[in-house]
Amino acid sequence: MAECHPVGFQWVMEAKQRGAKVIHIDPRFTRTSAVADQHVPIRVGSDIAFLGGVINYILSNFKDFREYVVAYTNAATILREDFVDTEDLGGLFSGYDEANASYDGESWGYAGHNQEAGASGEDEELAADRNSGHELGGRGATLEHSRVERDETLQHPRCVYQVLRRHYARYTPEMVEQVCGVPPEQFLAVCEAVTANSGRERTTCWVYSVGWTHHSTGVQYIRGAAIIQLLLGNMGRPGGGIMALRGHASIQGSTDIPTLFNLLPGYLPMPVAGEHDTLTDYVATISSPGMKGFWTAADAYTVSLLKAWYGDAAQPENDFCFDRLPKLTGDHGTYQTVLDQIDGKGEGYFLVGQNPAVGSAQAKLQRQGLASLKWLVVRDVNLIESATFWKDGPEIATGELATEDIGTEVFFLPAATHVEKAGSFTQTQRMVQWRHKAVEPPGDARSELDFYFQLGRMLRERLAGSTDPKDRALLDLTWDYPVDDHGEPDPVSVLAEINGSFLTGDRAGEPLPGFTSMRADGSTAGGCWIYTGIYKDGVNQAARRKPGREQNWVAGEWGWAWPMDRRTLYNRASADPEGRPWSERKAYVWWDEEEQRWTGHDVPDFEVTKPPSYRPPDGASGPEGLAGDDPFIMQADGKGWLYAPSGLLDGPMPAHYEPHESPVRNPLYHQQGNPTREVYRRKDNLSNPSAGEPGVEVFPYVFTTYRLTEHHTAGGMSRWVPYLAELQPEMFCEVSPELASERGLEHLSYATIVTARTAIEARVLVTERMTPLSVDGRVIHQVGLPYHWGVGNEAFVSGDSANDLLGLALDPNVHIQESKVGSCDIQPGRRPTGPALLRYVEDYRSRAGITVDTGNTQFTARP
Amino acid sequence: MSNSLYGPLDPAPDAGWTDGQPRKGFFTDTSICIGCKACEVACKEWNAVPEDGLLMLGSSYDNSGSLGASTWRHVKFIEQPAAASAPVDLGMPTATLPGLSDTGQRTEFRWLMESDVCKHCTHAACLDVCPTGSLFRTEFGTVVVQDDICNGCGYCVPACPFGVIDRRIGEKGVVKNEGIAQKCTLCYDRLGDGLTPACAQACPTQSIQYGDVDELRERAQERVDTLHAQGVHDARLYGENTHDGVGGLGAFFLLLDEPEVYGLPPDPVVTTKDLPQMWRKAGLAALTLLAGAVAAFAGGRS
Repeated sequence: MAECHPVGFQWVMEAKQRGAKVIHIDPRFTRTSAVADQHVPIRVGSDIAFLGGVINYILSNFKDFREYVVAYTNAATILREDFVDTEDLGGLFSGYDEANASYDGESWGYAGHNQEAGASGEDEELAADRNSGHELGGRGATLEHSRVERDETLQHPRCVYQVLRRHYARYTPEMVEQVCGVPPEQFLAVCEAVTANSGRERTTCWVYSVGWTHHSTGVQYIRGAAIIQLLLGNMGRPGGGIMALRGHASIQGSTDIPTLFNLLPGYLPMPVAGEHDTLTDYVATISSPGMKGFWTAADAYTVSLLKAWYGDAAQPENDFCFDRLPKLTGDHGTYQTVLDQIDGKGEGYFLVGQNPAVGSAQAKLQRQGLASLKWLVVRDVNLIESATFWKDGPEIATGELATEDIGTEVFFLPAATHVEKAGSFTQTQRMVQWRHKAVEPPGDARSELDFYFQLGRMLRERLAGSTDPKDRALLDLTWDYPVDDHGEPDPVSVLAEINGSFLTGDRAGEPLPGFTSMRADGSTAGGCWIYTGIYKDGVNQAARRKPGREQNWVAGEWGWAWPMDRRTLYNRASADPEGRPWSERKAYVWWDEEEQRWTGHDVPDFEVTKPPSYRPPDGASGPEGLAGDDPFIMQADGKGWLYAPSGLLDGPMPAHYEPHESPVRNPLYHQQGNPTREVYRRKDNLSNPSAGEPGVEVFPYVFTTYRLTEHHTAGGMSRWVPYLAELQPEMFCEVSPELASERGLEHLSYATIVTARTAIEARVLVTERMTPLSVDGRVIHQVGLPYHWGVGNEAFVSGDSANDLLGLALDPNVHIQESKVGSCDIQPGRRPTGPALLRYVEDYRSRAGITVDTGNTQFTARP
Repeated sequence: MSNSLYGPLDPAPDAGWTDGQPRKGFFTDTSICIGCKACEVACKEWNAVPEDGLLMLGSSYDNSGSLGASTWRHVKFIEQPAAASAPVDLGMPTATLPGLSDTGQRTEFRWLMESDVCKHCTHAACLDVCPTGSLFRTEFGTVVVQDDICNGCGYCVPACPFGVIDRRIGEKGVVKNEGIAQKCTLCYDRLGDGLTPACAQACPTQSIQYGDVDELRERAQERVDTLHAQGVHDARLYGENTHDGVGGLGAFFLLLDEPEVYGLPPDPVVTTKDLPQMWRKAGLAALTLLAGAVAAFAGGRS
C-alpha cells in the first residue's frame, strides 16, 4: 500500500502512531513491509491456503463472533442434501462437467422446500444466474427463494457453519507452511493478532490491492477475506471491512459507471441477445419476485436509466427504448477482443488512457492485435508505445512484424491531464470527490468529456435523417449538454443527469433526493441509481470540502459516498440484533427507541424507521421482506454470505488451487489448478508445464510482477516525466542472494528471464528483501519484476516489459488475467536480439516439450 | 569556547537581522518515512532543479545517489539485517550448496529510509568561507545561495561537513546555472509568502515536518520518548543538540540507528570552528616573526 498508494497510506501510518498493529503479507518486502509491525513473505499464488488457514484457526478455536455470525451471516442456513464438498471429490465441488470444464452449481443451493405456510413455489428461472457470475457486478447473486431452513444452534451437519468447518479442517498451520512457505509461528502470530483485534470492542481491516485479483482464482481470494471478516464480525462496522485499493484514480468510478463490457451503470447487467429481448425479460433476471432486498426495484433503476439516456423517446409503449441498448452476443472482454483482432474479427479500437502494448498481460499478443486493425485511436497524455508499436515495437526488431506490412491507421489525440479538466474521482470507499480545472490543457489536448461529446455530436450529424432503425440508438439519445465559451460541455450537467430528476408532477425538474424516489413508470430519470443524491437539492454534493476538524469523525460533509452518502456499507451490522451498539467504543449507528428511528454517526444503511423487532409477513419480498435484523440489505436473504449458494462459477467456498503455471504440485488436493479457469489453446499463447507434467524442470522458478512508487502502471504518465524517470530509470529484476548464487547472477549486471512466450532482459538487483521459501520440502525462489518499462523511442527511459512474459489464463467469474504469477527460468547475461531471440525461446519450448495443450487441461485426471 | 563561529546561538540575529522572525527548519522523522520520494520530486518541481542523470545505481531503491547541486532532497534506502538478532557472519565456507541452506535461519530484515537535506547549520561553514556574499543567512535563520552572485569558486564545497553543497555539472548554456554552487534554500521564496516548503507540503506521512525550530525540537523529543516507550530503543535525534560541533542543525532528524548507518557524520564540526584560533595563532606567529625581526634589527644595533 505504501508502495502504490503512498498518499492513502498516511492514514495507516496515523493509525500505527495511535497504536494500531500493521501486518503485511506479501511475496516481496516492500516499502509497506519496511514500516509494518510484521512482514510475512508468502509464496505468490498460495493466498487461499493462508486465508483458509486463518478461517480454520478461527473455527477450531471458537474465535468467531458468535452472536454476529448467527444473526447476520448465513452460518445457520442449511444446504441441499446433494451438495458434495472438495474433501470428497479430490478438490472438486459437486456438479463438475469435465468436458466443458465448468460447474452446474444447482447442488450448491440452500435447502428450502418451503415447509412453512404461505411460501411461494420454486422459481427455476434463475438457473442462468448461477452460471453468469461475470454479470453480477456489485450485487449479490439472486436466490430462488429467501425462505431458508436455519439451525441457529449451528449443529446441523448440513448448515453452512459445519460445512465450512469441514471444508477448512485440513488448512492447518502445518499445511499453511507446506503450501505458502510461511512458518507456523509467523502464521499463528497473524491469526492471534487478527482474532485479538476483533469482536465487540475492536475491529480489523483487510486491505488488498488489485494484484490480489490478478489470479485464476482471484475472486475466491476476496471471498476468503470476506469469510474471515464475517466470522469475526468485522463487516459493516467502523474500522472493519475489506478495502480494495484500485490501480488508478477513479477505477472505482469506472466500474460504478462502467467501462466494462458486461455492465450498465449502477451494476445493472448488460442485456444478452436472445435472452433479454424485452424489458420484462431483462428485469426478471436481476431479481426474482420472492427475493428480499433492494434489488427488487431493478425495474425502476433500469427505466430511469433509459429515461436519462433516451428522454422523451423512451415511453412505456416502446419498452422505454430498451431495444436501443446494445446486447451481448458473447465474451467481449479485453482478452477475447484482442484474440478476435488477431483472428481478423476486429477493425477498429479506441485506447483511452491505456497502454496495453506494455501494460496488459501477454503484451506481445496485444501488439499483434493492434497490428491487425484497420484503425486505432489512441488518446493519451504522451506518445505511448501503443501508438508507436508499428515502428519501434519488439516485433519489428525480431522480424515478426514489418512496418510496411502493418495496415493499422493510428490516430493519436492528445489528452488533458487530471489537472486540466474538471470532473470527479470515486475512490475505494465509494467516495466521490469533485476536481476543479486548475489550468487549461495545452495545444490540442482535450478532456474525455469533450472528446466523447463532440464525437457523439458529429456522429449524430452524420446520421441525421437516417431511417435505418439501428441508428435510432444514437439519434434518440439526449445529447444537449450546455457548453462553455470554449464549446466544452459542463461536467456538472453530466453529474445532474447521473443524479436524475423528477419528470412529472409538482416536483418536475427537481433533482431526485435518493434512489428510493425512482419509479418504473417513466416519471423519473437517473443515469446511475446508486449515485442518486449526489446532486440533491441542486447542489454538487461531491464538491463539499468541510474540514474534518469542523465535523464529527465520520466526516460526512467531505465529498459524497454512494449509496445515499453512506460512508460504511451495511452499517446496520454495527449494532446488535436489538439495535444497540456492540460496544460504546465501536458505536456507529443504532436504533433510537424514543424517536423510533435509526440514528448515529453515519447515514444508516437501513430503512430508518424499520425497528429491529420487525419481522416480515409471510410471502413478503423486496425491502419489506428484510427483517429488522437483516443488515445485508443487498443480499437476496439479507445475510452476509460465508458460503455463496449462487453467483460464483468456481465453487461456493474458496479452495486452494495452484496457479495456472506452478512448479509445485497442489499439496491440498489432487486437483492441481482452478478446474474452471479460462484457457486459450493457441500457438501464440503457450503455457509452461506445471508440476505433474513433463518439462516442468525447465522453468523451475516463480515470478511475480508489480509496481514501484516511482512509476505509474505502464509508464505513460511517468517515463515521460524526467523527475520520475530518473528515480527508477531501468527495468530490473529482484532476486535473493541465494538465487543469485544458484544461477550466477551478479548485482547490477543483466539477467534474462524466459517463459514459453518470450525472454526479456533486466538489470539484477540482489536483495535480501526477496526471501527463498521452503515449500513442500523444497526451496522455491521467486523473481520480482516491476512492469513499468516498454520498448520504444519516445520516453525518457525504456526497457523490456515484464508483461511480455505472461500468458493468458483467466478467472472464470470476471475474466481477469493471472498476471501476478507464472513460472520462468532466469539466466545471467543479456537476451539475444533480433531473430536470435525467437530461436532462443523456441529452444526452451522444445526442451520443455511444450504444445498448445501443455498446462491447458483444467481437470487433473487421476492416474 | 563560544563565538559567532561556534557554540549555541540564534543565527539570524547573530547575522544582523533585527526583525525577530523565529528560526525555521525541518524535523525529518525517519521512523514514518515510506521512501516514496515525493519530497525529491516536489523539490525539483518547485525549484526548477534539472534532472540529475538516468542511471541505475543499484543502491537498493536509491538512484539519486547523494545530495548535490541537482538533488536537494535525497531519500536514502538502507537494507540491513536487524543487528541484535543476527550472529556475526565470519564469511566461513558453508557445508551446503548456496540456496539450499535452511531458509528458516534468515534473520529479521530492516529497510531504513531517510530523506536527507541541507542541515541549515547554526554555524554554516559554507557561508563563512563564501568570498562573494552569494551565500547568506536569511531572516528565518536558514542558509541560501544566490545563483546570480555565486562565481563558482567552489570554496563552500569542501567547507560543508555533510557534503551537501556542490557545483552543478553540465553543458554550458544548456544546463541552467552550470558551474554554480546549489543546494536547498528551505524554499526561501515560499517562506516569504508564509507557505510550507515544497517537500514538507508533499510528504504524505508527515515524515518531513516544517516549523519553528524550537517547537520542532520539543515535538521531536516527545516522538523519541514515545518510540522508546514502544520499545524502539535505538531511536535517537540527530542534530538537535545546540552544543554539538555545528551549534545544532536547523534541519534535524530522528534516526533508528547510528548516524553512520545513514551515512551521516557522527560528530560533525563546523570546519571554520578554529578560524579565530587559527587567525589568533597566525597573528601570534606574525607578531613573533615581527618581534624576531624587530629584535634582530634592534639586537644588531646594540
